[in-house]
This record gives sequence, C-alpha cells and structure tokens, in this order.
Amino acid sequence: MMRRIERWVGDIPLVVALSVMTAFGISMIYSAGVLETPSVITQGAWMRQLVWFGIALSAFAVVSRIPIRWFEWAALPSYVVSVLLLMATLLVGTGAGTAAGVESFLDLGFISFQPAEVAKIATILMLARYLGGHPSEPTSLRSLLAPAVIVGVPMGLVVLQPDLGSALAFMGILFAVLFWAGAPPWLLLLLATPGLGLILSFSTKIWSVYILLLVGYLYVARYRLFLVESATIVLANLAAGTIAQPLWNSLAPYQQNRILVFLDPNVDPRGAGYQIIQSLVAIGSGGFSGKGFTRGSQKQLDFLPEQHTDFIFSVIGEELGFLGSMLTLALFAFVLSRVVRMAQRPEDPFAGLVIFGIFGLWLVHIFINIGMTVGLVPVTGIPLPFVSYGGTFLLMSWVAAAIAVRLAQDDL
Amino acid sequence: MKVTHPHRRSEQSHGAHVVIAVVIGLLALQFFRVQVLRSENYKLQSESNRLRPVAVPAPRGTVFDRNGRIIADNVPGYAVYALPAPPDTVRATLDRLQPHLGLSDSRVEFLMTRIQRHKPLLVEVDAEMSAVAYLQEHRTEFRGVYLEMRPKRRYHGADAVSHAIGYLSEITAEELSSDRFGLAKQEYEQGMLVGKTGIERQYEERLQGHQGVRYLEVDASGRIVDSDFAGRVTDAGTPGEDVHLNLDLDLQEWIHSIFPDSARGAIVALDPADGGILALYSAPTYDPNDFVGGIDQDTWSALTADVRKPLLNRTVMGRYAPASTWKVAAAGIALDLGVVAPDEHMDEPCTGGLFYNGVYRKCWKADGHGSLDLSDAIAQSCNVYFYQLGLRIGLDNMLRRGTEIGFNSECGVDLPQELPGIFPASRQYWVDQFGYRPLEGEVLSLALGQGPNDQTPLKMAQFYLALARDGSAPPPRLIRGETTGEAWRLDLSQEAIEALREGLRRVTAPGGTAHFGTALEHFEIIGKTGTAQNSQDPDRPHAWFAGMAGRRGEAPEIVVVAIVEFGGSGSQVAAPLAAKTADFYLRKKYGIPIDSIQTYAEHVRAGRPAPWAFPR
Repeated sequence: MMRRIERWVGDIPLVVALSVMTAFGISMIYSAGVLETPSVITQGAWMRQLVWFGIALSAFAVVSRIPIRWFEWAALPSYVVSVLLLMATLLVGTGAGTAAGVESFLDLGFISFQPAEVAKIATILMLARYLGGHPSEPTSLRSLLAPAVIVGVPMGLVVLQPDLGSALAFMGILFAVLFWAGAPPWLLLLLATPGLGLILSFSTKIWSVYILLLVGYLYVARYRLFLVESATIVLANLAAGTIAQPLWNSLAPYQQNRILVFLDPNVDPRGAGYQIIQSLVAIGSGGFSGKGFTRGSQKQLDFLPEQHTDFIFSVIGEELGFLGSMLTLALFAFVLSRVVRMAQRPEDPFAGLVIFGIFGLWLVHIFINIGMTVGLVPVTGIPLPFVSYGGTFLLMSWVAAAIAVRLAQDDL
Repeated sequence: MKVTHPHRRSEQSHGAHVVIAVVIGLLALQFFRVQVLRSENYKLQSESNRLRPVAVPAPRGTVFDRNGRIIADNVPGYAVYALPAPPDTVRATLDRLQPHLGLSDSRVEFLMTRIQRHKPLLVEVDAEMSAVAYLQEHRTEFRGVYLEMRPKRRYHGADAVSHAIGYLSEITAEELSSDRFGLAKQEYEQGMLVGKTGIERQYEERLQGHQGVRYLEVDASGRIVDSDFAGRVTDAGTPGEDVHLNLDLDLQEWIHSIFPDSARGAIVALDPADGGILALYSAPTYDPNDFVGGIDQDTWSALTADVRKPLLNRTVMGRYAPASTWKVAAAGIALDLGVVAPDEHMDEPCTGGLFYNGVYRKCWKADGHGSLDLSDAIAQSCNVYFYQLGLRIGLDNMLRRGTEIGFNSECGVDLPQELPGIFPASRQYWVDQFGYRPLEGEVLSLALGQGPNDQTPLKMAQFYLALARDGSAPPPRLIRGETTGEAWRLDLSQEAIEALREGLRRVTAPGGTAHFGTALEHFEIIGKTGTAQNSQDPDRPHAWFAGMAGRRGEAPEIVVVAIVEFGGSGSQVAAPLAAKTADFYLRKKYGIPIDSIQTYAEHVRAGRPAPWAFPR
C-alpha cells in the first residue's frame, strides 16, 4: 500500500509537508483578506489560490510521471523559450496586483503569468545539463564562465524589469548548482567577490582595505589560480568599485530607498521605511502566542502592505506569534533538508544538480522573504514558496517539487 | 561529469545542512528578538497605530445673572458625520439622511464637494433632536453615519444680552500664537472654540475647562473604523467654571424691549453698592446664538456690512461728547478742590453771556439765568456759571483732576474691548493734537463738557456712581462678588454731594426740563440731560441722560446712563429710557407689578391719571 502511494507521489513526507504548507498558506491568505474595510484585492484571493492549488497538484501528478531523460532533453528548449519570454516581458510586460510597479507579468489574454518563475526552473535544468554533461568538475575560475553566462542572461533580463528579488534567486541557483557540481568553496567565494566589492565601495577606506586583502589572498593562493584568473578577479573587483556609483544612480529611487531604509527604517518612516516598520510592529506585537487567527489588528486595519503576497509572514507572525513563526520555520527547514537528501540520492549527476538547484532557489526565496519581514534583509519583492498568494509562483513551486521528486526516484 | 561518489554527496549534503541551520537559525534568532524580547515595545506601537486620540470638548461653564437666571449654558448638540467611503457610497448615505436632516439638494451637492479621502464628512453641525433620536434608533440602517455629542452654547438672553456676554468662534492662528492662548497654554489648539468678545472673552480661561481625550480605532489610512464611534474615553475632561454676573437678565430684556428699534445707542445701569453692572445694553444688537455652530456667511456679512454697526459695543467702545452731563463732573471737581461752596454764587450773574479775554461767550439762554447757586446752575445748565467755575478750577487743575478720575483711561470694567475716554492729560495735548499751546481759556469749553472730551456711556456712569455713593467710585464690574476696591475718589462732603444731587433733582423735579419725561409713580429719578452736537449730523445731536434713582428721599439704588445717537433732545429721548430702566429695576426689587406705562408722559399719553405728578 505504502509502496503504491510512494510510487504515486514519489516522496511522501515532502509532498505532505508541501501540501500542509500550501493549505496553511491558503488559510493565511484568507486571514489576510479579513479586513475592517474589505478590499477587492485580498477578499477572494484565498479561493483563487485554492483553485491554483488544484491546478498545481494536477501539474505535480503529470510532471512527476515524465521520464527522467525528457527533462534533460527539454532543458535547452525550455531555457531558450524562457529567455525569449523574459525579453518579451521587457517589451510588452505588465504590472499586476500589488507588484504593479514591476512589469514582470506577461499577459496572454486568457492568462497572465510571470516568465521569471518559469525561467528559474528552466535555468536550473540548463545549468544542470551543462555541468552534468561536462567531463570535469568546475574547479577553475575559467570553468565557471559558461555557468555564469547561462545564469547571467536570464538574471540580467530580470534585473532590467527591474526585479531584484528574482535576480537574487538566480544567484542562489548558480551558487547552489556550482557547489553541488563540486566547485570548491574558496572559488565560489572569489566568484562572489565582485558583488562584495560593489557593496563595500560605499566607503573608499573600507573598499581599499578590502582590495588589499583580496590581492593578498590571491598572492597566497597563487598556485591554485592562473595569473589571468587572478588578474580577472582583481579587475572585476576594481570594475565593481568603479561602477558602484553609476549603478547606484541607475537604480530607481524606490530601490535606493529600500536599501537606505534597510540600514535605518526611520530614515523614511512614512515612505520606504513604512513597510519594514509596520511589518516589524505586526510581528513584534504578535508576541509569543499571537493575536489569534484572523485577529491581527495591524493586518485588519490595513497597516500591512502586500499582506497576502510578499508580506504574508507578517500576518503569520502577528496572528500566530513566535510559536507560529517557529513552527513555520521548522516546516521550511524540514522541506529544505528533505530536498537536500533527495539530491543526495540519485547516481545521475544531472538529477542531483537539478534537485540541489531547486534547493538553492527555495533557500534564497525563504531567507529573503522571511528575512525582509523582520528587517534582516532589505525589502526586495520576492514571494514565499507555497505560502504567498500568486498563481504562477505556486504552480512553478509545485512543478519544481514534482521535478525534484521525479528525479530523486532515479529509476530512469 | 562523471558520477560523483556517494561519500562526496554526503559531505556536500552536510555542508548544505549547515547552510540550512545557519539560515533558519538566523531567522529564528531574529524572530526571538522581535517577538519575545521586544514584543512589549511593538505592542505599544501597534496600539498607538490603531488608536487615534480625539479631543472630547469640555462643556463650557454656565453664566448666571444676579438672580440665578441662566444667561448662557450648554445643551447637548449632535453633529452628524458621514464616514469616509467612495463618493457613491457617501452620496447614498447623504440621500438616506436627506429627509431626516432636512438637507436641501443644493446642500447635498455642496457636501459632495467637501468629501475628503480619510476624514469623516461633517454633514450637520447641530442636528434636530428628533432626527438624532431617529438615527440612533435606526443605527443599523445608517451604517455610514456617526453621531458625535458635543455640548453647544445656548444664550437665553439672545439679542438682549449679546454685547455683555459676547460670543464664541473658532480660535484663529493669530490667537494661537498670542501670549494669551499661545504655547504656554497647552490646552488651546486648532479647531477649539474660544470667546471672542464680552464675558465669553473676558473669562475665557475660567469658562473653557479642559478638554478630554478619547481614542478612536483607525486603519492605516486614518479612517475611523469604530462601528459606533464611541471610542474609549480615557479622560472625560473638566467642565469649565461657572460665572456669576451682576447683570440682571430681566432688566436687560426689559431694556431691549423699550429701546426704540431703529435707534442706536446704549444704556448702562450700575449698582451704587459696589459698582456692579446691572445692565449693559448696546443698540442695535445681534443674536449670539447665530454664532453657535459657526455663523453662516450671509449673517456674518450682514452684521459686518451694516452701517449701524450692530457688533459695536457702544457702552464701552462708543465715545461721545458728554455735553452737559459733564457739567456735573466739573462741579464735582470744583467741590473736590474746594474752589466753590455749594451755596456760593458766582461773581457774575448770567445775563445771557460772559466776556472773557475780550470774547463774548454766550449762554444757551439769551435772557440769562440771573445769579444761581450750584444746584440751580446744574438744574438750569447755565453756561455762564460753569465758565466761571472752570476759571476757578483752572486749566491745569482741571486736566490733572480729570485725568485722575480717569476721563482719559479705561474705567476698569471686566470687558475686553473697552476704549479709554478722550480728555487732555496736560497742556501738551493741544500741542500734539492741534499744534498750539493752550491758553487758560480752554478751561471754559472743558467745564461745559465741550472741547477735546469724548466719553463712553460706561465711563459717565462710573462718574455718576461716585455721586450716588460717597464720592468714591469702584470700577464697574460684570462679575459678581469680585470687587477690586475703589478706582478713584472725589473728596466731597455729604453737603456737597447733596448739593450736586439737588441740582440733578431739580432737572427732573416739577418744573425741571426732564420732569414730564421721567417722573415716576413710586420712585424718584434724578439726573442730567445732555445734547451733544456731532459732526456727522449737525441737526440731530446725540441725546444723553445720566442720573440715578431710588425710593423718594432715600439713597440712590441704581445709577443709569442712556444715550441715543442722533436722538435730539436729552430730556425727551434719553431721559425717559433711563427712567423706565430704573423704574423696572426698582419695581422688581420692591415687588411692585411691572407696568409698561411708567413715566408721567406715558400716563398722560395713555390717558391715565397721575395725581402724584406735578401738573404741567
């Protein structure tokens, strides 16, 4: 009996955990719609999400039955199509719902969806296919070039939308897949240095010290790297430091504000700092045991922004308290751990890489989404997998789960 | 890529679990800080997010007259608001309210233009009680409506007492930045009602009380979400103090009823016992109730544009040449200085005029009055006598004593708008005003109440108050029981006071000019008439009467001054008003039924016998 169910759903604990999480998400979306002054946006959202859950489960049933090799074959076409869709989004994209400022939706008339969510999965497949089929492990900087390009193209397109949150998710995918492919941690660190240099360049002094340390390390590690590679890293860091200012200026004011406000929410308590402050107040006022399901006053009185999408965790924190937050975090920890162990299972490198890529994707989403509601990371519009309201996102999360479950079976 | 060894995958899996532990651990730690360690702080913030303080207006103190009649009090007023909502919803709400509040279509259209996104729309400041009762009963049918109880002022005296009581209006920006209501006084804030004139202004701080606070639940946009809008009252506020006045509201209303409708002028009545103001009436008047709940634009424009200036409180702001009524002041100063004895006759008898410095100065009676003593000189208002009296006083003495008595300063009444009289403080006045040094001869005009001399009715009343007493004059006060001692004193013997009163008595006594218009059945009124020429209309002088009344042969019990602008003859116009005022007060005091036929003249006109009066 268990075996039959096992065959049917693949990984029972994971599927049960994800179903519980989606159901929990739908009930929190319902609660987010319980307002003093009902809003058309949030009122029936839970029912729409319920419908999407049904669609997502059907998709799961179908995808988890696809022969494993098909995923490998589909990698390139789906990647190309995704990139084309992202380009199309830049040209004819529309905002939707609470993310109206970001043109990340593609309206196909009968349905509108976010190509970025599809592109994330497609990029994982493409990256896994490339690295899985590569004869050697990516241990040199040069060998990271192709993976960086594979991720960089869709990521660049997403940044242009501009959707910083999804861009970070692509970074998560890149680092996760490279790590699983065997790239040594110090190499990944070097890969990350231009980004670090970018952040540190706000202060010339700190940046100078940082560059000296970097050059010092490269000298110590001179036998591990080619000279060209070391030079590339230094040049990339110098470039990052140089473009920091123009890059900052090219950011939309609201994006600059989000970063400034992360450093100190009180810079702009009525504007960009508002979300963080109100979210913190909501979560903090929930206390140990919360105000009770649907009883959050911050939420009811509409103090919470985007409470059914990106800030759904503020509602969880306010209404279910520290206990509820911890249980939710524990559930996420379980799911993440489960995915990692699934990645461990297959002999086939492609399968393991895809599953671990999905792990990386979810980890970034979970950390950034929950982190921003408690002021741990800057506010970047990024939803919480399985919990936040959003049709495409829920569907693609379940498709990703189906792929993971299917690839973990390793029966070709 | 070659198949990785399971051991490698296990190592990587460990690494990934470390990352999971770090990430989830970081989040858990932050949630612990926010939800456990700092929870109290955030709970407070959440409460203050949710609850918005709203002022609860404190009921203003009640104003009572001397007999305990209420002049101004509060009644519960109900303001009707429409909750913030989309315009269509507000319109639907207004349409439902329309028949109950009697809103006109144009009013609804006007209100629709006043909608603010997150603020309740004030539909009716002061709804009818029947409408309020209906709305409260059918609360569920009027979900977008809320009622707010706010005490509103009611003036029982209405027009009769407007200038004394004053009115309320919203505090202005200038007032808020003034010393009186400024930063030092935390309790004053925008939107509050404050007294603008009269008693309401004078005793504003006592009457105001302290407003309370209640908390309304609001949402992020500041919309009030309390279903009944009652809120949580944490501080009900402190009602204002009551104020008791010397004013007699019955008397005020009586004066209002007898004062000719079209006439402008003022009547002031004082209590000789303590200078308490029994009546303070200025005509034309206005209704302070019009200001309750905000005066409408039409009424306000009508009041301010009216050439008759109804808002002007003539008792303390109207300055008129005192004319002959001031001759008594000259006589008082002369007696005070001891330059004349009550029974003394002047060197020159009146032959119709007097030469001074080669200029012939006429008396009003061309035939002359002959030789007069002080009482007769007052009764006859003989100019020639007063020219000589002035010369005896001397210009410098006249100016010094006149200034000491306060003819060029405020009399000290507890009203905010009083203007000082006009009277030279020294010879420098002529230099400053007219560009020449005055000669001694200026005193001739001054002694007659002419020249640079303009007084308010209340100031003249205060002077006559001294004659009704023992020569001392306290500042006239509206507030009861808070005497402030005497303002000044004339050093007069009882004999001198009697001589002055005798002069006033002969004006109203049989044979006197004002007898016909003032003689009363039960009481005796004495006083001096005045006819003040004015530049606005030379043919119609202002009519004065200043005097006092009481039981025959007893001490005066009421001082009364009346002025009718452009009234003509003091004895025919002002004196009867003063007599009727005094008669009403005294009749009431002694329990004699009130009768509108009071004076001798009225008896004659009504065809009633008046055996107590001297036949004409």
